[in-house]
Amino acid sequence: MLALVSPALLVILALIVLPVGWLAWQSIYHDGFTLENYRRVFTEDIYWRSFALTFEISLAVTLIALLLGYPVAYLANALPKGWSILILSLVVLPFWTSVLVRAYAWLVLLQRSGVINQFLRHLEWISEPLALVHNTFGTVVATVHILLPFMVLPLYATMQKIPSELMQAGASLGASPSLTFVRVFLPLSLPGVLAGCTMVFVLCLGFYITPELLGGGRTVMVSMLVSRNVELYNQFGAASAVAVVLLLSVLAIFVLVSRFISLDRVLGQK
Amino acid sequence: MNRLSPARIVLYVFSTLVLVYLILPVLIIVPISFSSARFLTFPPPSFSLRWYQQYFASSAWMQATQVTLTVAALTVLIATPFGVAAAYAISQSKLRIMRVIHMALLLPLVVPIIITAVGIFFVYAKVGLVATMLGLVLANVMLGLPYVVISVLAGLQSFDPAQEMVARSLGMNRLRSFFAVTLPQIKSSVVAGGIFAFISAMDETIVALFISGGQYQPLTKRMFTALRDEIDPTIAAISTLMTAASFMLVLLASARKKDG
Repeated sequence: MLALVSPALLVILALIVLPVGWLAWQSIYHDGFTLENYRRVFTEDIYWRSFALTFEISLAVTLIALLLGYPVAYLANALPKGWSILILSLVVLPFWTSVLVRAYAWLVLLQRSGVINQFLRHLEWISEPLALVHNTFGTVVATVHILLPFMVLPLYATMQKIPSELMQAGASLGASPSLTFVRVFLPLSLPGVLAGCTMVFVLCLGFYITPELLGGGRTVMVSMLVSRNVELYNQFGAASAVAVVLLLSVLAIFVLVSRFISLDRVLGQK
Repeated sequence: MNRLSPARIVLYVFSTLVLVYLILPVLIIVPISFSSARFLTFPPPSFSLRWYQQYFASSAWMQATQVTLTVAALTVLIATPFGVAAAYAISQSKLRIMRVIHMALLLPLVVPIIITAVGIFFVYAKVGLVATMLGLVLANVMLGLPYVVISVLAGLQSFDPAQEMVARSLGMNRLRSFFAVTLPQIKSSVVAGGIFAFISAMDETIVALFISGGQYQPLTKRMFTALRDEIDPTIAAISTLMTAASFMLVLLASARKKDG
């Protein structure tokens, strides 16, 4: 049996375990052991600001995705099967479209001469085009779009397992629909909320394409810090240290979350 | 009973708007790709195929397309047997280490892709695999493996291993019984896993940005570089074709899953 897994395992060891190990090594070793790279990451302003911005954006994206995704998952769960299949198909449709294609679509929609600005000017609601892209706003709009399915799917999976008898029991005991929702349905859906929020938050932490193309150079997220240190400045040690801190943040979140729900639940959706 | 309560109406309207937000950007590219205008105007003044012609006439785009299709096909050919063998072993073996191995095979989904990309770039630079076809294919095999493993493990869950035991008790060896009894029954999950690996390789961008170069640059890398400079409608034509290809493959994968 071990012989059967070895080809796959070898690929994983050679192409992800070894490279990440290499990064970790490179972050602490350059002609001798050094913590200089980490000192820079934790003290220099540009690094600090980028990490703070990345966490802020990820938090905002997660909350917006929850706010948008919860009602959709709720509706898909409440409607008869045909409708819920339709809703879920619409949710996963963009999921299978290249992230790059979707970044392009948002550029087309949001740029100064883009579809939305043209539309608003046509209606004469605005006289000057709005700055919708090449800033944090554009990054957040496109990132939520890409990550929303990762929120809706675990929410829906959890809601499906809530027995409807519990709602009826609540109603038969005289609770109003909204009270039954708040006291019975909402608490029971919390594991799905946690799973969805974890996935969206963690994926957002490592986002690269959307902030690079829609952020306009001002929204420097951590992943861009990594790539710039490699491509522009040849600062391999610094890039490695940033990558290690990012990876440890992601792992810490997974470990923390795994104390409340099983990780299969979080990863199973991807 | 409370079908048309105000809360319900708000729920319907809100959800519809969210679904429009999800779908509209994917659809908006299609009319733009058929536009005759040099610069972006919406709705397009008239329809034409000029951006598609531009794409098919460009040797740079054609070469990139060829690289993408070759990489994706080779990725499937390697990742599928590797992933099926691993999933089979994980489902059959009772060894404790298999749980660790299972988690290890899902690592590409957990590690942020930018970290994977930079790490592979450093290792490839040491062994001379940067800007090579082999390097590109190997990286995509690694990224595609989790999809095959997850899909095949799901297929094996509904398969009764006792059937294979029966075949073996009737004198088939392990390998023959796998191909004669097990594989036909999990065929649809194997095909679905392979299709997902193909789509993953076709769409992969970030690793390619770091490790590909020269004549071995996939479509996504050239698109990314082009998008940094200007919004060329040729990319709308390419995006439309890529999206259509992905959708057809997903439909194929889900149709097969239903059969199985």
